[in-house]
Amino acid sequence: MKKIVLIGMPNTGKSTLLNRLTGAHAKVGNWPGLTVSLLSARLLVGDQMAQLIDLPGIYDLSGYSEDERVVTTYLETQKPDLILFMMNASQVDRQLTLLSQVTSQGIPVVMVMNMADEASALGITIKADVLRQTLGIPVCLLSAKYGLGTEQLQKFMREGLKAEPAKALSPLEVEAAFTSGVMVPAQASHQLTERIDKVLLHPWLGLPIFFAVMLLLFEGVFAIGKPLQDGMTWLLAIFRTEALEPLLSGLPSLAQGLLLDGLYNGIGTVASFVPLIILFFLFLGMVEDTGYLSRAAFLMDALMSKFGLDGRSFVMLLMGFGCNVPALLGTRVIRSKGLRYLTMLTIPFSLCSARLQVFVLFIAAMFTTQQAPWVLFSLYVVSILMAMLTSVLFKKQYVNVDAFVLEMPPYRLPTLRQMVLKGWQEVRHFLSRTTRFIMLGVLLIWVLTNFPQGVAAGSVETWAGHVSHWLSPLLKPLGINEQLTIALVFGFVAKEVVIGALAVIYGHEGQALMDAIVQNMDWISAYSFMLFALIYTPCVSTIATIRNETKSWAFTALSVAWPLCVAWLVSFAFYQSAQFIRVHFF
Amino acid sequence: MSNLPLPNAQLSALSGDAFTLDHLQVGAQGKIAGIQADPDLKQRLAALGLRAGSKVHVLRKAVFGGPVHVRVGTTEVIMRLKEAKRIVAVPMMDGSASPANKP
Repeated sequence: MKKIVLIGMPNTGKSTLLNRLTGAHAKVGNWPGLTVSLLSARLLVGDQMAQLIDLPGIYDLSGYSEDERVVTTYLETQKPDLILFMMNASQVDRQLTLLSQVTSQGIPVVMVMNMADEASALGITIKADVLRQTLGIPVCLLSAKYGLGTEQLQKFMREGLKAEPAKALSPLEVEAAFTSGVMVPAQASHQLTERIDKVLLHPWLGLPIFFAVMLLLFEGVFAIGKPLQDGMTWLLAIFRTEALEPLLSGLPSLAQGLLLDGLYNGIGTVASFVPLIILFFLFLGMVEDTGYLSRAAFLMDALMSKFGLDGRSFVMLLMGFGCNVPALLGTRVIRSKGLRYLTMLTIPFSLCSARLQVFVLFIAAMFTTQQAPWVLFSLYVVSILMAMLTSVLFKKQYVNVDAFVLEMPPYRLPTLRQMVLKGWQEVRHFLSRTTRFIMLGVLLIWVLTNFPQGVAAGSVETWAGHVSHWLSPLLKPLGINEQLTIALVFGFVAKEVVIGALAVIYGHEGQALMDAIVQNMDWISAYSFMLFALIYTPCVSTIATIRNETKSWAFTALSVAWPLCVAWLVSFAFYQSAQFIRVHFF
Repeated sequence: MSNLPLPNAQLSALSGDAFTLDHLQVGAQGKIAGIQADPDLKQRLAALGLRAGSKVHVLRKAVFGGPVHVRVGTTEVIMRLKEAKRIVAVPMMDGSASPANKP
């Protein structure tokens, strides 16, 4: 099959064009010898099927950044049949060197000048015919976002697949061609963007507005996502009681348990993430495609750079308060590997909505209505402190080698189609890559909490109970008893499972469960438990995502072990000092 | 420094009235005289339009020593002060370089 690749600078709309041309069929996949996954799709060009591949955005073909290496390796090993060189039509002057390099690859080239609508709004005149004649390659003006000019591109691709390799053009030749082919007015700036930036990047209003926007988006994800997630859980439960349970009732109880509590719950865990991931990417798409993400980076950078992070890391950390999984996926916008890894190490400390459910139950059981908000607030503070502490401690290991030089795009209206397609791709990617890992984790926990045969599930006689017993010398000094330890083992599957686990362990639900909690511990133990549950090992879906995004077991192991150590230290410090104060001063 | 009398940007480059970009005032414009950085950063800056000879306009600086926001041609770029220090620019009077530089 013929291969057509998209090459261009970052933010020239390569993936938007790929999605525009191929609809929802695009897939993220691995390539031999490449460190990153690439988006690709099949496309009918004329009467033959071709594969269209989106290569990472690069500034230069002779550079040594990771993305540049990916592109050069790809060109050498995969020998594509045609290059679509993507250009931002409103910023031609700075993309000419790259064009000259692209024509020197011995591969036919079609030049795609994207965002032609923006260029003409700026008063830029592009004479495509003049460019075509002087450069000797086809030139296509289009708007990938609105799908204008794609028929012409189809024609050029058809011809390009049969064409001779492009003639190598020197930088001077390219520059001469553009001097005669493109007219830029002396004063070309995005007036509306300038006016909006005066407010949104205002020295004193900028930050408060940023926090308000984030809060609003966060509330939005929460307000829409929670009912959807509940609905999904409800549907899964109905399917279980109405269809699966009657169907499997003939099987021995162990097999039933394995299929229902092990396998089916595993599927449920994965499925319950789907609405959140779609929503998160809709909102992230909004922040990114409008151009606000770069503004956030500008506003938060002074503070975040002290922690070795940048403003984009901060947005992802905030999104982690909803759910860690999509926040980890979102770090892909950060192209520097060191910075991305550091951000990924801090995200699991974000107090996600699953942990929030556990805390709400414990706080309601142990504290008065007046104390409750402050207790919860203190947990959020601990969450942010731990993320920042981790970042400071590891910033030497995961050094951000890339200079902080970012393009600030003009404000743009994102299209719904673009955002939905992106959300859909992410969900499919998440499902295909992490399902097996999550299922394995859930099955393992099921085995631990149900074996050996004949003991009550989740009791101290199970293997999980044995594990808790071995762990008790470690967890006793934190005020965490064996029952709670079993709950923490369950919490590895998903943090909200902790409540269900406690219900099984104490044999009560709802108000009765809260009463049981009050009878079994004091507030110091409860708070110590909450601190531990907040910080310790991320849930299995988070781990699966980290593993899949980094492809590194060592980094995955670190992201499991490090929070576990911190959790122990923090809970220990809190429990012991609180006990000391109580004994000696009260 | 924006009120420095500069009849000719070229001349001032020779006479040494050059500043690093982080020292240009908000609202000021300058012509890049040179970039002192390793090849990687130089390449990256060039790819964003920041190279010797290009005209740069300082739009704003973030509070607490945050990044500086500049425009070069039709491209807007933000960078930390650390990177801005690598760019040497000669301040220009408004309109001295291009007669069409009016609102």
